[in-house]
Amino acid sequence: MLATSITFKVMMGTTLLGATAGVVGSYAVLRRRALVSDMLAHAALPGICLAFLIVGARDIFALSIGALATGLVGLLLVTVLCRWTRTKEDAAIGIVLSTFFGAGVVLLSFAQRHHQGNQAGLDTYLFGEIAAMQSREVRLLLAVGTLVLLAVLALHKEFKVLAFDPEFAASQGWPIFLLDFGMMALLAVVTVVGLPICGVILMAALTILPSAAARFWTNRLGSLLLLAGLFGGVSAAVGTLLASPVPQQLLGFNPLAFGWHPSHLPPGPLIVLTTASLLVVSLFIAPQHGIAARLVGEFRLRARIFREHLLRSLYEMSEAELPALPAIAESALVDYRSWNRLLVDWQIRRAERRGLVELKDGTIRLTPDGLTTAADLTRTHRLWELFLVEYANIAEDHVDRDADDVEHLLPQPLIDDLQRRLAEEGRLPLQPRVDIPPPSMPESPHELEP
Amino acid sequence: MIDLFEPFRSTTAWWTIAVGATTNVACALVGCYLVLRRMSLMGDALAHAVLPGLVLAFLFSGTLNIVPLFFGAVTVGLLATFLIQSLHQYGRVPADASMGVVFTSMFALGVVLIKRYLSGIHFDAACVYEGLLQFVALNTVDVAGLEVPRTLLTIGPVLLMNILVIALFWKELKISSFDANLASAMGFSATFMHYLLMVLVAVTTVASFEAVGSILVVAMLIVPAATAHLLCDRLGHMVILACLAGVLSAVGGYWIARVWNVNPAGSMTIAAGGLYGLAVLFSPRHGMISTISRNLQTSLRVTCEDILAMLYRVEETDTQHRLDTSSAVQALGGGFVSRWGISALVRRRHIVRTKQGLQLTDTGRLAAKSLVRSHRLWEAYLVQHLGLPLDHIHEPAHRVEHFIDEKLRHNLEEVVDDTGRDPHGRDIPNG
Repeated sequence: MLATSITFKVMMGTTLLGATAGVVGSYAVLRRRALVSDMLAHAALPGICLAFLIVGARDIFALSIGALATGLVGLLLVTVLCRWTRTKEDAAIGIVLSTFFGAGVVLLSFAQRHHQGNQAGLDTYLFGEIAAMQSREVRLLLAVGTLVLLAVLALHKEFKVLAFDPEFAASQGWPIFLLDFGMMALLAVVTVVGLPICGVILMAALTILPSAAARFWTNRLGSLLLLAGLFGGVSAAVGTLLASPVPQQLLGFNPLAFGWHPSHLPPGPLIVLTTASLLVVSLFIAPQHGIAARLVGEFRLRARIFREHLLRSLYEMSEAELPALPAIAESALVDYRSWNRLLVDWQIRRAERRGLVELKDGTIRLTPDGLTTAADLTRTHRLWELFLVEYANIAEDHVDRDADDVEHLLPQPLIDDLQRRLAEEGRLPLQPRVDIPPPSMPESPHELEP
Repeated sequence: MIDLFEPFRSTTAWWTIAVGATTNVACALVGCYLVLRRMSLMGDALAHAVLPGLVLAFLFSGTLNIVPLFFGAVTVGLLATFLIQSLHQYGRVPADASMGVVFTSMFALGVVLIKRYLSGIHFDAACVYEGLLQFVALNTVDVAGLEVPRTLLTIGPVLLMNILVIALFWKELKISSFDANLASAMGFSATFMHYLLMVLVAVTTVASFEAVGSILVVAMLIVPAATAHLLCDRLGHMVILACLAGVLSAVGGYWIARVWNVNPAGSMTIAAGGLYGLAVLFSPRHGMISTISRNLQTSLRVTCEDILAMLYRVEETDTQHRLDTSSAVQALGGGFVSRWGISALVRRRHIVRTKQGLQLTDTGRLAAKSLVRSHRLWEAYLVQHLGLPLDHIHEPAHRVEHFIDEKLRHNLEEVVDDTGRDPHGRDIPNG
């Protein structure tokens, strides 16, 4: 029972941290500054060492103030370097990250010589100890989380514009520099508070991963922040739970007990891996932005394009005998545009299910519905060809392919407008026969294949 | 008298510096391309992402032998660059976030693997960061009768490989770094160059952090290259300067480390940062001081010209009236540049201070006339050729007048209808 209550306390702390980091991290990711939190976490080391050298004791409050101070100095330096020199943002972040950390390493070795024994574990600050979470830390996290939430709510509009269009924000007369610095300072506060709990790398992960995962699900800033907070909080809770003795108590065995040392795993890496799995799942299954959705969308589009080409070919092959609907041999259709026979087979069957064609003994015949659809497609194609010939001065024998690419995406009103204009200007050669649908089918500007 | 060279008077010193300098140069070489391609943080990402590779290589080979560890790390490093690129390309995650996602996750995986399989082995995370540069000279191998540090035998060949590959693919790397589309149009694959560079980065990172710790690697991939980037505008010069900065930071860093008895990898990083700081301040073309002084010179010139033109206009409207210094400064918006401009003009004998106020000399009047001529010709041009209304032409002309040279003025005279009168109806003086 004791183990469970400790787990609960730790879980509360990590959930708070994960949610807060997810929210402030979203802004950094949107501003293309995902690695600023990595920089802040590294730049904390010299601050920690300096604070230790000045105070002379491992006072967590003093160390945090030191870490925050050097983090903010690092942020300022990055801004100044980007503004005043030709060094780009990524290099500036890297320069501050590495030189500050180098300075920290030097100060650490200096402290080790001058405060023997006292500095023990100063560097563990960088690797974090989640298990050491006390009620005090949880209360601190709660306070910081509330502060961040209030700041984000109060400055929602400003941060929103800043995240998407800083130039516009500047033109509105807002203090861009201050807002930007404030946004990053919030990140710095969260990073510094989380650092002794999580360590450098996990802290960077907590700010980047949740929002990167949430971005797959939404296009709106409000829901992105909510989702990132949710993802961060939930995966922190799940990671902590996985690392605790709780699954063992519930299941009777430890699901993560693989390997040679089946002890409990540290919660930090498990939190990262939980968020990472969330991200991978989102990457594949998220509607609209997920890979699966995009593949399906692309497949559908390709299938539609192929079907439309097929129907137009059928129309062109039947055109001479209209209004009678001739039966066309499938092999003739395959040869007409050198298609792959299997693809044609498959598409013809799909078109049959839609009631657009009839199949009989290896021949294909347009149904009346199919004829209307095919005629519309052909009309669009020919009107676009005419447009290219008449208005864009492209040679008649060059327009077929160009129209092939565009015709599937042209909206109907545009096509109607084009037909009206061409007709008004007397540049619309019509099919001589008016008895076949649709009325006023334009003539193809180029010769059709025999 | 303090002996400044005392820290260098031992074989240990020279071997340590040699290892540091070799590492720094190997990193700086590839770093130039990373900085130019805006992928500076790739080194940081790879240095963390290779952890599971090290662990897996150890598990499969069962030894701490350098060869399997090296190949495990490089393979996983390449996998990481591939994942970063794919997540960016197919998942449309921004490039920097994609890097952050991949390296933190892989590092976490590495830590889990260590806890599961290697918790019997002492894993000193701090040592991975800080390296053991202070001890490299103690672990030596006998090569042809010479006691060479073992790490030099790892990093030396890597340096040679970097030099060789960069020399062989100089043109291709250059073009694909500056203009990937041009590279594709010229018939060599920019993607191939990207992965070739990533192989170099991965190999260099792994080989060097075995010697000097990840922090020095990350620094040396970025800082010397960024320093060189501030100092020159040609890739060849940049590469050479970056290598030089790498060597200098090794020497300087070692000196700091010995004098204050601190960690040498850390102090080499600080030395590199110091060199970068110097370049930021004092670079002749891109440094802050030269930029600020250039800006100041331009604004002084513009102010001087504005004063001359203003005095000319006052003379033109009222031949008796003269501006005094304080009202002239006020009219220019105040500030020390205006005062400075007035005294500069007095020194140049373009104006003299009289009892009535500031008075143009003949040379000054000539300069002012040519300036006012440029201004009014430009106004006429804006009205006649761009159709701007009368109340919109003063501001742009006021800005452009300082940059109209003899040739442009000649062109303006040719295209403007009436070179005697400006659109406001005032005379255009003969400058």
